[in-house]
Amino acid sequence: MIGSLYAAHLARIADVSVLTRRPEHARALEEQGLRVSGKADFNARLHATADPGDLPGADLVILATKATDLEDAARRLAGRLPEAIAMTIQNGLGAEEIVRAHGARPLISAVTFMSGVRHGDAHVEYELDTETWLGPYAGTTTVETVDEVAQLLVAAGLRARPFPDLRPAQWSKLIFNATVNTVAALTDLPHVAAFAAEQAPTDLGHLVHELMEEGKRVAAAAGLELHEDPWEMNVLAVRRGETEAAHGKYAHVPSMLDDVRSRRRTEVDFITGALVREADRHGVPVPLHTAMYRLVRARETAYR
Amino acid sequence: MRVAVIGCGAVGSLFAAHLAQVDDVEVWAYDLDRAHVAAINERGLRLSGAADVVGRVRATSDAGELPPCEFGIVATKSMHTRRAVAAVAHAFAEGAVASVQNGAGNEELIAELVPQVIRGTTFPAGHIVEPGHVCMDTRGDTQLGPFEPKPAPLERVRELAEACTRGGMPTHALEDARGAQWRKLIFNAASNPIAALTGLTHGQVWELERTQRVARGVMAEGRAVADAQGIVLDSDPVELFEWSAGRDVAYAHKPSMLQDVEAGRATEIDFLNGAIVDFGERHGVDAPLNGALTALVHGLERSRA
Repeated sequence: MIGSLYAAHLARIADVSVLTRRPEHARALEEQGLRVSGKADFNARLHATADPGDLPGADLVILATKATDLEDAARRLAGRLPEAIAMTIQNGLGAEEIVRAHGARPLISAVTFMSGVRHGDAHVEYELDTETWLGPYAGTTTVETVDEVAQLLVAAGLRARPFPDLRPAQWSKLIFNATVNTVAALTDLPHVAAFAAEQAPTDLGHLVHELMEEGKRVAAAAGLELHEDPWEMNVLAVRRGETEAAHGKYAHVPSMLDDVRSRRRTEVDFITGALVREADRHGVPVPLHTAMYRLVRARETAYR
Repeated sequence: MRVAVIGCGAVGSLFAAHLAQVDDVEVWAYDLDRAHVAAINERGLRLSGAADVVGRVRATSDAGELPPCEFGIVATKSMHTRRAVAAVAHAFAEGAVASVQNGAGNEELIAELVPQVIRGTTFPAGHIVEPGHVCMDTRGDTQLGPFEPKPAPLERVRELAEACTRGGMPTHALEDARGAQWRKLIFNAASNPIAALTGLTHGQVWELERTQRVARGVMAEGRAVADAQGIVLDSDPVELFEWSAGRDVAYAHKPSMLQDVEAGRATEIDFLNGAIVDFGERHGVDAPLNGALTALVHGLERSRA
């Protein structure tokens, strides 16, 4: 879904090839193009294939799989397009290391706040037209290259912001996601006002707040100054959600809740799991995130 | 002796039907389920399964019909305690009222409405088969003791315990029944919300290492809150969990909170984990995992409502 948003927009100003997992997905894109509705409305023509050998040369590769499928995608690209800059946009931490494990290549770290709804192989609805944030990964790319890619995304009609170092933004989003996604997955609630409610002692907002404080202690121990306060991100997102809900069209379903509802494996290992591993490495106790991690993993077990 | 059972669902019916077996006990039942009440009045209250009796019980949905009683036994779900006891309080101006409900905090609510209160914990369980007919699934003991802030005298507690025992529900009168209550509370507070949030059965919660560790954390917090109040548990909730999770005990049991959540009903979370948090706060002990589970189950109630 996120990959479709990048591909369709970029196809308006560049030659875009899409590598899919399923051949019928590639066929649908070749035959019908890729339709975008919602915040934008157009049909993009692009090249699509399920065979990595069919990919033409490229300057930029955007890896837009779910974190759980990244290993497989990186393996399929191993030895191909070695000069191309790769951009990872997965939730959580660790995507760059997974890609690098299948061959050294210049990398851009990115996080995105865009969201959409997939309406089939050749149609995506653009729901939240928010920014993609990107920065060089561990000296493998320069700030200038990152600026160029950001300009490319903006020229394609998307929102993007370059950072000299993405980690403060990556960690803000990590803490936000580790909290909002697991709470949503366990309560079956979309990201609604209850996530910011702190009136009664057992209101959900208290738990959300405490989870974010735990996450902030890990970031501090890792020597990171956060780009944004995750609690403020939460309050803002909830408020925006309410405004949109008043127009009857928006109750954001975090991806982990979507996964649980569809009984798919979640990204919890890459999000909360990564946060807990970092906490262990820095000797910071995170009992609440640890419990959330265990409960979501248990919930996955109960699908069967 | 006249006894009224307040809330004649599965557990209430076990007490009512057994007490009705005793010659000198007159049993009343107050319940809002009119079909159940009508069936009891027509055919008596029937127990099957681990018991096989029919008890002559006078049932009513009209609190005004209840005559003055020596004893009340409250067996509603905890979230209905206040409303139910407020409706029948007139019958217990001279009587003593016992709670045999789940969790902690019910006796406090009852004490706001009647003068003499008995703290209670019961193990037996059952389910309603049809109006007037309850299947007894599990036998077990009941512990009763004076509720300290507004106690019924121990003599009266003994009187009720003996009546229950003679009717076939083994019941012990204790000076301090808190140890039994908190053992069961701590056990339930671990099993119920974890099952409700994950969809796992009681045995699976223990079998999976991840959830067992959450359960152990929840029980350790509960134990610390009990310790801070000077409560000596009558047995170890951790051992109780381990035993009851066995394949031949209650492995496949869906804890009632999971059943409530699946049916879109309100849960007893405020009287389980919520109560551990409340009592902890009053005694200066933090219970963050219990707090987290309380908030999450409230979230689940909201999404399923």
